Amino acid sequence: MASGRDDFIIAIRSAFLKKSNKQQFSLLALIFFSIFLIFLSNLNFVGIKYIKIGVNEATYRLSAIISYPEKKFIDSINFLTEYFNVYKENQNLKDEIDQLKSEKLNNIFVENENKRLKELVGESSRILDGVISRVLIDKDGKFLKSIILNKGSKDGIKKGMVVLEKNYLVGQVIEVNYTTSRAILISDLNSNIPVVIEPGSFQSILGGTGKSYGKIKYSKDEIDFNNNSIVYTSGSGGNFRAGLPVGKINNQIDKLAVEFFF
Amino acid sequence: MVQKKINLKNKLLKYFPLVLLYFSVLNEFDIDVSSIGLFSFNLPFIIIFYWSLKDPDQIGNGLIFFSGILNDVTLGYPIGVSSFIYLTIIAFAAYLRNITLRPNIYKDSLIFLIAIMFANSVNALILSYVFSIEINFFEIITNITFTFIFYFLFARIFNYLKPLGV
Repeated sequence: MASGRDDFIIAIRSAFLKKSNKQQFSLLALIFFSIFLIFLSNLNFVGIKYIKIGVNEATYRLSAIISYPEKKFIDSINFLTEYFNVYKENQNLKDEIDQLKSEKLNNIFVENENKRLKELVGESSRILDGVISRVLIDKDGKFLKSIILNKGSKDGIKKGMVVLEKNYLVGQVIEVNYTTSRAILISDLNSNIPVVIEPGSFQSILGGTGKSYGKIKYSKDEIDFNNNSIVYTSGSGGNFRAGLPVGKINNQIDKLAVEFFF
Repeated sequence: MVQKKINLKNKLLKYFPLVLLYFSVLNEFDIDVSSIGLFSFNLPFIIIFYWSLKDPDQIGNGLIFFSGILNDVTLGYPIGVSSFIYLTIIAFAAYLRNITLRPNIYKDSLIFLIAIMFANSVNALILSYVFSIEINFFEIITNITFTFIFYFLFARIFNYLKPLGV
């Protein structure tokens, strides 16, 4: 019995402390060092922040270079798929254009009316200028859905800025480096956005699910939303501008599922 | 000229596990992530466990630690988390190496399963309790399952490459 325990202790000690000729560091020393790093990360230690910014800059660029062939390969496959679907898509687009043309006329009227009313109540309708950026890395983690953008503090990017794609809300900047930044996607589990659901102007919170759709949370009443009801940012809390289209209700996935536009 | 070619080939083979590890950590091809529905597996875990078990000198502990830092940066995790997780995988492999006289793939894979379950649990605990990051546990279980299944395949590939000089 004692011998078995001794063997176990010897094996553990050897695993953690023994290092071969080519190993520079013992396992135990590195484990302690990584715990120390986690501890510093948790404290938001200033030194770690600067080291992280430096490492981020180098790693993002390196990762983008390494990912380039695979990215091109996926782009080529997407291109070919789109190419073969082009005829069918063209027919659909023609129908859609006809519909949009009629809707546009209505929208111009509503837009002008809205502008007039805003002037009446003295509210500014100025839209802030944005920064056009390219996605450097689009790597989803098991725990975090985020993208790396090729613009950073040098280009005026600030923490908390919204990320849009074709005017649709995509995410929010959570980390800014000098030439790069990271944005958390609205599909991430940790993402919660105040939204309004139209028609009906129902105020709620849209949470990410880690998948391609979100879920309505904390709705005041148990409401059955119509399929294809549009979800916009409500602007509550001041983090997001009001009226940014986010997605539409898709009852086929779930009663409260919101299919994102992006 | 021929000698140079052989040397280059030997060097490429020698550094193959290390290059594959860094490639999988830095690449956008998400072998660590659910990109095809629920399919996902963690290639760095397989590489680290296999080479720490069979030939610990092939990839140094320090280099594995550094690959963890790069993984944290690429995925946006707090610095040090992946390094710690990778080191726990090495610890399991080192323990198994010390107690094993006659290695066999089934015994290795069983310890590998325990190692990745432990590593993922610790990872989830750190991210959830220390850094308040919400976690999809179903995705982790799927990842563990596929990583375990793929261990057999990659172990066979690495076993085949080892005699070639890797």
